[in-house]
Amino acid sequence: MILPRQPENAMWMRNILFLALCVTGLALVGGNLLKRDRVAAPRSQPPGDVAAVVAKIDGEFREFWQKKGFTPAPRADDLAIARRLSLALTGTIPSLEEIRELEKIPANQRSSWWLAHLLEDRRYADYVAERLARAYVGTENGPFIVYRRRRFVTWLADHLEKNRPYDAIVRELIADTGLWNAEPAVNFLTVTARQDEGNRPDEIRLAARTTRAFLGMRIDCLQCHDDRLGTVILGENGVPRGGTQADFHQLAAFFGQARTGLSGIYDDKTKSYQTKYLDTAKEQVVPPKVPFGQEIFDGRGTRREQLARWITHPNNKPFARATVNRVWAILFGRSLVQPVDEIPLLGNYPPALETLADDFIAHNYDLKRLISIIAASEVFQLDSRADFEPTPEHEAASAIFPLTRLRPEQMAGSVIQASSLTTINADAHILSQLAKALQTNQFVQRYGDLGDAEFDDRGGTIPQRLLMMNGELVKERTNQNPIQNAATRIAMVTPKNDRAVETAFLVTLTRRPTAAEQRHFTERLSDREERNRAAAMEDLYWVLLNGTEFSWNH
Amino acid sequence: MNADNSACGSLSHINRRTLLKAAGLSGMCWLTPLAERLARATEKQPRGKPAKSVIVLWMQGGPSQFETFDPHPDPGSKIAGGTKWIETAVKGTRIAAGLPLVAEQMESISLVRSVVSKEGDHERATYNVKTGFRPDPTLVHPSLGAIICHQTEGNVEIPRHVSILSGPWPARGGFLGDQFDAFQTYDPIGPVPDITPRVPMPRMAKRLADLDVIESQFARGRIKQLDADKTLHRTSIEAARKMMASEQLKAFDVSKVSDNLKQEFGDSPFGRGCLAAVQLIEVGVRCVEVTLDGWDTHANNHATVAERNKVLDPAFAALIKELKNRKLLQSTIVLWGGEFGRTPLIRGLDGSGRDHWPHGFSVALAGGGIRGGLVIGENSPTPQLEGKNLVEKNVRNPRNVEDIHATVLSALGIDFAQEIETPIGRPMAFSKGKVIPELLSV
Repeated sequence: MILPRQPENAMWMRNILFLALCVTGLALVGGNLLKRDRVAAPRSQPPGDVAAVVAKIDGEFREFWQKKGFTPAPRADDLAIARRLSLALTGTIPSLEEIRELEKIPANQRSSWWLAHLLEDRRYADYVAERLARAYVGTENGPFIVYRRRRFVTWLADHLEKNRPYDAIVRELIADTGLWNAEPAVNFLTVTARQDEGNRPDEIRLAARTTRAFLGMRIDCLQCHDDRLGTVILGENGVPRGGTQADFHQLAAFFGQARTGLSGIYDDKTKSYQTKYLDTAKEQVVPPKVPFGQEIFDGRGTRREQLARWITHPNNKPFARATVNRVWAILFGRSLVQPVDEIPLLGNYPPALETLADDFIAHNYDLKRLISIIAASEVFQLDSRADFEPTPEHEAASAIFPLTRLRPEQMAGSVIQASSLTTINADAHILSQLAKALQTNQFVQRYGDLGDAEFDDRGGTIPQRLLMMNGELVKERTNQNPIQNAATRIAMVTPKNDRAVETAFLVTLTRRPTAAEQRHFTERLSDREERNRAAAMEDLYWVLLNGTEFSWNH
Repeated sequence: MNADNSACGSLSHINRRTLLKAAGLSGMCWLTPLAERLARATEKQPRGKPAKSVIVLWMQGGPSQFETFDPHPDPGSKIAGGTKWIETAVKGTRIAAGLPLVAEQMESISLVRSVVSKEGDHERATYNVKTGFRPDPTLVHPSLGAIICHQTEGNVEIPRHVSILSGPWPARGGFLGDQFDAFQTYDPIGPVPDITPRVPMPRMAKRLADLDVIESQFARGRIKQLDADKTLHRTSIEAARKMMASEQLKAFDVSKVSDNLKQEFGDSPFGRGCLAAVQLIEVGVRCVEVTLDGWDTHANNHATVAERNKVLDPAFAALIKELKNRKLLQSTIVLWGGEFGRTPLIRGLDGSGRDHWPHGFSVALAGGGIRGGLVIGENSPTPQLEGKNLVEKNVRNPRNVEDIHATVLSALGIDFAQEIETPIGRPMAFSKGKVIPELLSV
């Protein structure tokens, strides 16, 4: 089914939004939310025994930099680290109220306090679920009725919130049975349903998706021919061999008995998977077989259960590596091995990858622990600038925190958060959450979604700049509006110009202005030619949102 | 300055980064495609002067071939489902009764009635028809307009690839880069989105000047040439400013056009979109996609298509006429189609609809040196509807979606078989189709 076109859509959204904003405004004024202390202290500290493994990966990077002759950048300040963590884990920037709370915490506890705060926030579960879902099911709308993407992402978010072991989540994705709404995991299969074949899941697409998402390997080329270029290397016990067409189709055969019926996805043991190989004339039945690691394959249960158990077997290291690499990419905006889903089966790995993979397996596939370790590492906390002149090589070697373009929904989320002094989280008013969701969709549609190729360096286009300079979202979120917009509120409640400038910088860029910036913009606010302070504040906001700094993770 | 000058000069050294840099340094990414230099050596131009531009009339939802260009006039045909047909300006070619104005222009238009694909889902099929490739999870292929802009040069200040009334999946640059994405705009009755500053110019100028203050602070302690070598942020803001001030923006605006001409295109967003497309092509835009949606007729097929045809007919016919008037038809290819066709039997949700059918549907082509008045391929009047090998059983002279791409690119003088290196280093042709020779013969 086709969605209604943009203009109608936009008009509806605006109407709903207008109502929503009126009500939110009243609620804000009535409740005087600003005065309440809403940032609760985290209930727990992040996993505490990570110090040893953090020290180990710090050592690996130190050794690596030393060999390359690089001096790493100094540590970034607490607010810069808080900003990048917030963008990675919630898709938005810290609010002023969060910054104020963070600054009350003793300096040596801030990082861990902030991380615990984010990991307990439902925004973490929702946002990271959406990011992971892109690897599992992409962004397509998928087949009508039998595919429910929202249901799928919510299910995933629920499990992330509870920090269910990741291997268990993946086993359910691959092997679950039932209906797409009652058993949301099966949407992993139904997104590939072929509507002209009774909604039978597509084995080929599932095989390609499974290897990329869960093993961090691209064997798509093998679908049509054996490896000719030496790009798909498989093998047993450290002995490499080129991949073959059979490797791909034997893997696809694990999905060959999945069918769709009235009660949803089930496995029909009488069915087989058939294909026609390049050099043969006829279709033939292909039995299921894993492409490497035969010794850990136990062959119990349905074909999909067999595959799921093999993939998540503690000795199947590619599974852990793939997960580490993806989580790393979410946190840094760039994966450790690139592309994110092309990690060699046998090979030289960059610092930290093996250590993190081993720790992930040893600690029962604990995602929050993995995130905590990476976030606490020296390499994550490095500054993105240095007191020497850094080169692209420094960035490639992670000796400096990489600059990466913010994703469209991070841009929208940040503009929206920057227009509010309080945090727009699950505790925020439902209408302000709704407004955020609607405006984000609208913005992403024009800014251009990255789809599932989300770690490619794409974007930086002129229409994107036009959207930020002249678009609806920035206008609505910065214009003079004492109820909705932080820009106007700051102008109203902060009589001193230097304080107002400082607050605007904190809310938008999560830092204080430099002396030069402070001077320049304080003067702008005091400029008697300006019609009023609120307009000057709107201008300042526009400038802060349109700079490179706002659009890049750093 | 253009990309050719600022790139390192050797083709083998060109990678995505240099490309981006080159495009960025030159100011406007879409003005400066890499152009001829990427392996034009083997190119063979069909004949005469190649076409310059393309207008894609995109029928989102999957238009029924029966109620448009393949009405199956045989008496007693079960698949027509009561559809009426009319004669056209080309003797022997009949099209559906809802398109009388287009029928008058058939001498300029050729039909391929035997297009086949393997994609029956809207999103995947849209990708397939717009790019000529099936969706590939490791790679996004460029759409036709992106390839054209990549392969040609131009000196316009507005985007050279435009999508008017874009649906949910507008044409993209894919692995060629986002700078080749279609610029999306709405009904030309309104302003071009995001192009007008929200504050008066003096205030805008002050804002832009203030940007320098924070940019210089941000650049401290980072790589040299941060903008040129990495972010292209200010570079694209500069290009955006140039576009905001460009005279050529007027090509988007149809309000100054005479009422007569407007009437001819029909009083609809799509009609106005087609009129704007002519103006855009005239100022040097290379590809305009104009979308007409609402063709997903699972229910109530005949009435829905009849209503769509009322919008399509005047716009399509006037587009051909107006391109002729302005002497642009010879250099502009018009391509009409959607993501797939509809099932031969009337069925669907309420017994009056047609479902998705990729096994034999119609595409129409005109202009740009494409021969008019031809009909390629044919579908069986008594088709088999279930089972395997439907195409072999039902379609005479089947043509794959990519063959349309190969034909159009060939008419544009673009060597579609040349292999371009994708960002991950995989060599990839612009099209793997085969040219439909009849359409290109003089």
